[in-house]
Amino acid sequence: MQINTFTRYSVVALLVFVVLAAIPRITDDISILDTGIMICANGLFALSLNLLVGRTGLLSFGHGGFYAAGAYSFGLLMQTGMFSIPAAFALTIVFVAALSALVALVCVRLNETYFTFITLAFQMLFYNIILSWTSLTGGDQGLLGGIPKPVFLGIDLVNPVHLYLFCCGIFLVCVVLLYQITQSPFGYTLRMIRDNTERARFLGVAVNRYKVASFTLAGAFAGIGGMFMALFVSGAYPSFGYWTMSGDGIFMIMLGGMNTFLGPLVGAIILIVLNDLTTIYTDHYGLVLGCVILVFVLGLRRGLLDFIVEGIRDRRASKMDQTIQPTVPKEEIPR
Amino acid sequence: MDFSSLIGCVSSASCMVTQSLSGLTIGMLLFLVASGLSLIFGVLKITNFAHGSFYMLGAYFALTVYQVTNNYFLAVCGAALGVGLFGVLFERFLIRRIYGSNVLMQLLLSYAVILILDDIVMLVWGSEFQSMGMPDLFRVPPIRFAGAYIPVFYLFLIVAAFAIAGGLWFLIEKTRFGKVVRAAAHNGEMAAALGINTSLLYSFTLGLGGVLAGLAGGLAAPVRSLVPGMGMSILIESFIVTVIGGMGSIVGAFVSAIVIGLTRSFGGIVMPEFTDGLMFLVMVIVLIVKPTGLFSKGRD
Repeated sequence: MQINTFTRYSVVALLVFVVLAAIPRITDDISILDTGIMICANGLFALSLNLLVGRTGLLSFGHGGFYAAGAYSFGLLMQTGMFSIPAAFALTIVFVAALSALVALVCVRLNETYFTFITLAFQMLFYNIILSWTSLTGGDQGLLGGIPKPVFLGIDLVNPVHLYLFCCGIFLVCVVLLYQITQSPFGYTLRMIRDNTERARFLGVAVNRYKVASFTLAGAFAGIGGMFMALFVSGAYPSFGYWTMSGDGIFMIMLGGMNTFLGPLVGAIILIVLNDLTTIYTDHYGLVLGCVILVFVLGLRRGLLDFIVEGIRDRRASKMDQTIQPTVPKEEIPR
Repeated sequence: MDFSSLIGCVSSASCMVTQSLSGLTIGMLLFLVASGLSLIFGVLKITNFAHGSFYMLGAYFALTVYQVTNNYFLAVCGAALGVGLFGVLFERFLIRRIYGSNVLMQLLLSYAVILILDDIVMLVWGSEFQSMGMPDLFRVPPIRFAGAYIPVFYLFLIVAAFAIAGGLWFLIEKTRFGKVVRAAAHNGEMAAALGINTSLLYSFTLGLGGVLAGLAGGLAAPVRSLVPGMGMSILIESFIVTVIGGMGSIVGAFVSAIVIGLTRSFGGIVMPEFTDGLMFLVMVIVLIVKPTGLFSKGRD
């Protein structure tokens, strides 16, 4: 019997959710739940960025702008007191998607290095708007006064366990959607654009439209990550939109691996855990992180998950070679 | 927005002189950093994200040499040589290993170097703000011109930077070495096939970029405060300069550095809290109008 792949991913996600939901029952340690929420926010940010970097071959350095846009618009909508959480959530997704579509329309016309720089410029433009529009955003103080979290459907997000479960649930839904997108014909078209834009164009693919679509989707998912963060810190800070946020996203992708779907998530976990550990034991976070990155760049030369997955694949391939080789007549091996 | 004070400034000679000079000062420092960045990109096709840290190292080297010898010119030379040497080592031991690999790898490698250098500077010189103070030589009364008071050091800085820019232009356009650099920038493999030692040239280019960044750091040390992480803001601004001017174009970097410097000093009057935003706005507009920068030869 053929099972729909989407159903299969959903079942796997549901199982993962059950496991994650069991954690608050086993331990009373709130800090584990906090780390979990951080991983959801940053993991979704990195996974969505990889839709651009890894799948479409667009090196965006402005992804943090949409993360911040998500956090700020959600916080501002909730502070008006006119919206329930699901309504504000939906409105924010629409807003961030529209914003990223607008940015994408300008940016996709540019090639490689210039694309990277113009996305960076847009992000810094947003950042400076956030800083200077003090009456709306609170400037460099961040969005203060807390975000009201009215109870909906029996979910009370003031309760850390509820917040954790809420973030995990939405996160898993987003992961399944993102995976579905990468496995769809749309996702394969993006990959073709990455590998050979010219050929894609010859085959009649409207390359720029696909790039805009990919950019819009990635922006919207990053906005959801930003909303997790806004809920978690009950506010929003300009640093969400600083260029280092985009930098962190790229490092998560590189640490975990860009060719494997879950690579960026692994990278997010590595970065967050490394951050927690180093800040406990030493003041020299930069020195430790820098050395770890050097090991990855000069040693592994790719992300951790890519290293493992490709290692296994190579081993399998070499075994296959060994079994096949004897059947090839020696004379036919071209010199 | 405060346009009336801008009009007030433009109509007053003393304010014009002061603002133009401060814009030129910012612009010339930016040019020194951005030209190195542009040169490295032109020859090696690598974006050196650690270039801001080179500038930071230059400022700290100058501080230490100045404190030891009490001679500002030695301090600037020490900064230039020290950072130049660092650039060569950086190329030999790190950048060399990732030629031809992903842009992301370059980004990641540079970021690691930025993090490590910031922390090392913090270990060696401490994390608090430091300042070199005005060297004795320049502790003279400011020159009065058109009703404005001009610090002598600012004049020295601008003249020195112009001289360096002229020297760089001469080196690239008029000497045999410059020809080799331009050949390698145009087609590295072909240059190598014709017997040019490109491996040596790559090290040398990063060394030269380091010297320029070190000079910028040394020249900035008396007028800027020194702090770990100070390279970041100048890195971002130099990127804006190189992108507006066209990656790989020294003349473009020169012109756009002055434009950005003046944008900063005059923009600061109109909307002080949005000066950075203004620079990014200029960059967005330039990229939309001419996607490869104003002075690029259209090779990309």
